[in-house]
Amino acid sequence: MKPFTFERARTPTEAASAAARHPGAKFIAGGTNLLDLMKLEIETPMHLIDVNGLGLDKIEATPDGGLRIGALVRNTDLAADARVRQDYAVLSRALLAGASGQLRNMATTAGNLLQRTRCPYFYDTNMPCNKRAPGSGCSAIGGFSRQHAVIGVSDACIATHPSDMAVALRVLDAVVETIRPDGSGRSIPIAELHRLPGDQPHIDTVLRAGEIITAVTLPKPVGGSQLYYKVRDRASFAFALVAVAAIIQQDGTGRVALGGVAHKPWRVEAAEAEMPKGAQAVVARLLAGAKPTEENAFKLKLVERVLTAMLADVRGGRV
Amino acid sequence: MKFDIPATTNPIDQLKVVGQPVDRIEGPLKTTGTAPYAYEHNVGPDTAYGYVVGAAIAKGRIASIDQSAAKAAPGVLGIVTAENAGKLEKGNFNTVKLLGGPNVDHYHQAIAVVVAGTFEQARAAAQLLRVNYERSPGRFDLAAEKDTAIKPKPGFGGPSDSSVGDFAGAFAAAPVQFEATYTTPDQSHAMMEPHASIAKWEGDKLTVWTSNQMIAWGVGDLSKTLGIPKENVRLISPYIGGGFGGKLFLRADALLAALAAREVRRPVKVALQRPLIMNNTTHRPATIQRIRLGATTDGKLTAIAHESWSGDQPGGQPETAVSQTRLLYAGEHRMTAMRLAVLDLPEGNAMRAPGEAPGMMALEIAIDEMAEKLGLDPVEFRIRNDTQVAPDNPAKPAASDPQSKALPEKHPSHPPFSQRQFVECLRLGAERFGWNQRDPKPAQAREGSWLRGIGVASAFRNNILMKSAARVRLDHRGTVTIETDMTDIGTGSYTIIAQTAAEMMGVPLKNVVVKLGDSQFPVSCGSGGQFGGNNSTSGVYAACAKLREAVAQKLGFDAQTAVFANGTVTANGRSVPLAQAADPSELVAEDGIEYGDLDKKYQQSTFGAHFVEVAVNAVTGETRVRRMLAVCAAGRILNPKTARSQVIGAMTMGVGAALMEDLVVDKRLGFFVNHDLAGYEVPVHADIPHQDVIFIDETDPISSPMKAKGVGELGICGVAAALANAVYNATGIRVRDYPITLDKLIDRLPPVA
Repeated sequence: MKPFTFERARTPTEAASAAARHPGAKFIAGGTNLLDLMKLEIETPMHLIDVNGLGLDKIEATPDGGLRIGALVRNTDLAADARVRQDYAVLSRALLAGASGQLRNMATTAGNLLQRTRCPYFYDTNMPCNKRAPGSGCSAIGGFSRQHAVIGVSDACIATHPSDMAVALRVLDAVVETIRPDGSGRSIPIAELHRLPGDQPHIDTVLRAGEIITAVTLPKPVGGSQLYYKVRDRASFAFALVAVAAIIQQDGTGRVALGGVAHKPWRVEAAEAEMPKGAQAVVARLLAGAKPTEENAFKLKLVERVLTAMLADVRGGRV
Repeated sequence: MKFDIPATTNPIDQLKVVGQPVDRIEGPLKTTGTAPYAYEHNVGPDTAYGYVVGAAIAKGRIASIDQSAAKAAPGVLGIVTAENAGKLEKGNFNTVKLLGGPNVDHYHQAIAVVVAGTFEQARAAAQLLRVNYERSPGRFDLAAEKDTAIKPKPGFGGPSDSSVGDFAGAFAAAPVQFEATYTTPDQSHAMMEPHASIAKWEGDKLTVWTSNQMIAWGVGDLSKTLGIPKENVRLISPYIGGGFGGKLFLRADALLAALAAREVRRPVKVALQRPLIMNNTTHRPATIQRIRLGATTDGKLTAIAHESWSGDQPGGQPETAVSQTRLLYAGEHRMTAMRLAVLDLPEGNAMRAPGEAPGMMALEIAIDEMAEKLGLDPVEFRIRNDTQVAPDNPAKPAASDPQSKALPEKHPSHPPFSQRQFVECLRLGAERFGWNQRDPKPAQAREGSWLRGIGVASAFRNNILMKSAARVRLDHRGTVTIETDMTDIGTGSYTIIAQTAAEMMGVPLKNVVVKLGDSQFPVSCGSGGQFGGNNSTSGVYAACAKLREAVAQKLGFDAQTAVFANGTVTANGRSVPLAQAADPSELVAEDGIEYGDLDKKYQQSTFGAHFVEVAVNAVTGETRVRRMLAVCAAGRILNPKTARSQVIGAMTMGVGAALMEDLVVDKRLGFFVNHDLAGYEVPVHADIPHQDVIFIDETDPISSPMKAKGVGELGICGVAAALANAVYNATGIRVRDYPITLDKLIDRLPPVA
């Protein structure tokens, strides 16, 4: 870990402007990912801005019937919120499928969105990795890639985004609110927050220098059966091989987003038009153009099987 | 005490304390965080911190190291590399040098330790070392190197090859034949406590607080490596947070702490950081195993062959995966062979039940497959091939040995098992588990989206005899203190040693103090190979027997007839408090157990049966364990509570081996990729269902005066195969390459409705 300076910000604008004054500064909230990365010198910020005191820890109703989730709401609290459990069950389920109880107690809403990939080559500073060291190459391509992305990949990177929560937010059409150093704010649809790797895999999101997430808003509830299935090698405390978030209505229409398959939560709205025709038709469009490796090609079949079972469960009244 | 004739009645048979499920005597220290582990000893305010740097390449050499930035970093006290470490020998138990450079033998081989005033300073400075490497090509792929494998020299697991009768002829003639090849992956011990040591020099005397299973081996190899007399090295290892074989030997933490402390002239602490452990330390080597079985149509095995290929660094050793196949089932014609390839991966070595654990993973699937081919129940098939004599024992007793007269005439060269209640384990387990509910036809039991199946496998692990010594003190308060360099790696050594001493001296458990893990104490067997419990308590038995003689003499009793009970010594109506023997000065006795040839006259092994129920998700192929039962026949169980903990821990490790544990080799870059506990998955609580353990009532007087045997490794042997067989019963899919992950099932699962 490199030595760094540290300050506590009191308002979002103060945090954003502090970040603008210190190039390469990082915000720290729960620290469940950043501290690990700093110890390994994968992240080497010279300045940390503690945002835990910004007061962004509330979940409030919005005028249009949705919810506004403060950036610092802890994963545990968000998953347990009665309104979330009732109207946005897919979010609660996704959160509880992630990490462990201890980590969820610390991890925040914004921090969860901004966590970095768990690609093992990204974590080993001896190994080439374009995401960690731009231009050094990608060790995962041609290497151990069982966990890696199957779609939206590039020749530079096949890493996945590891979040469960983000997949649920994607299927719920959440919007990310930010504040910039000049005090202005903007709203970023969750679909646009995370980038595909392209030839700049070191850039995970569209956030600009100093820009800080203040909240995530959910539109008014859409009802339906809200399902989250996370497939993994052990029963708990493991990243998804594949995760399927789905909201399925009684009339057979619905939405679906995937985790564990891409550099961002993966959703193709056009594919959802195929929902009444069944999972195979949906997945054919959802994963059209997939470029899996030999080791992770099973994810394509896995997605289709899980979605098929979800649709059957809803049809059969089992969920 | 020489143990060369079977035990008769002795004080242990009273079972007032031994055999009782008493709580761990050191439990309160552990649950209150006051038991000091290796990194936690306070050895002085000037203690500095060392941070180990591992090689960034798999093979090659270090061209240069630029230390300037690291040396100038805040708090840095010194840096040790091969250049300034002085001449270092290689320990007897190390295949590869613990401090690499200029040559690099494997990825994350230690090449430097950076010492600073705080841990954070040492870590930050370590990351400033600039190392220039020259890479060389290496051999990293066992399958690719298989055909270059050679016959290794005999080692801990016996000779590389064995042959009885005419396997080839018998196999060719067998009415029913079966052949398959299985693979097991490299595995990591993944113990909770990392390898850690604190070293302190006083003049030319070195003290190392460490986490080590085998204190005397550690002293020997540390003194050899440093080139200093053994007498100048003291190792202290009172508490160990798991070892599983990964801490049998001197490792880089202890050596580098010693070198660093010498360099900076202050005590130095070194713990291997978690991401270093998988590639820096030892691991269980991967295997490729080919099994051929020939049987008669009524299910008698006539031909058994088991061949295994594994790899290791030059000068290394094979994974002895064929060991159990030499002993477990009857069969007149048989052969086994182990072959060893050279790999440039990290050093392979023992991990919980080396040999049998991966060997049983293969053999016990093969037995299940053969039973199905024969149309026989797999429990019944195993029972039909039971044997009460070692069918393939390379260690034959001398013809002049009078004991051989007792051997069955038909196989005069095959010694009998000292105890073998294998069939009893299978029968009792089948009854308790509800084996008769199993549909022999696979993929028949479905509950919603779950496919249910049950499976069985045998458990087998040899009983190893090792000499072991102890010292026992009696003071004027009647307190009995045991001192031995035996270790407690979480197994319960403290407790069973205290129970042994309490039984022998006739005092309550609370009057016994146990001191372990210090090289100033008499040399014990140490902890490994499931030999710790039986041998260390036998050593304590010997020392206590000697103390009883001293007490009897002091108090004027005949040692043979005096009764030691309730804190008094009694004979002929006269009763004297035990404490009186230590008045005015304490009595001290020291002795150990040494064995004759009872392990040559008899084959000493432990047996069991594992039953597992799984549910496989018909949609995703995820396998979840529902129930587990182990039935063990392993001699006298010294403490049913700690023994049960050993067995359920081993069963849990078996679930890991079956379903998830896999050190993935990057065959291009030559290292284990998933080298932390996020990437190398072991079972979590949610993976482990209710576990039952039954111990068959057994005493084995051939084994030791304790009449006990090992049990801690028996618990893992066969578990993974029972699980694999349950997955087959659930799905009809036979996976022969561990671990059984969903990607190996999904193509053959039924369509989703």
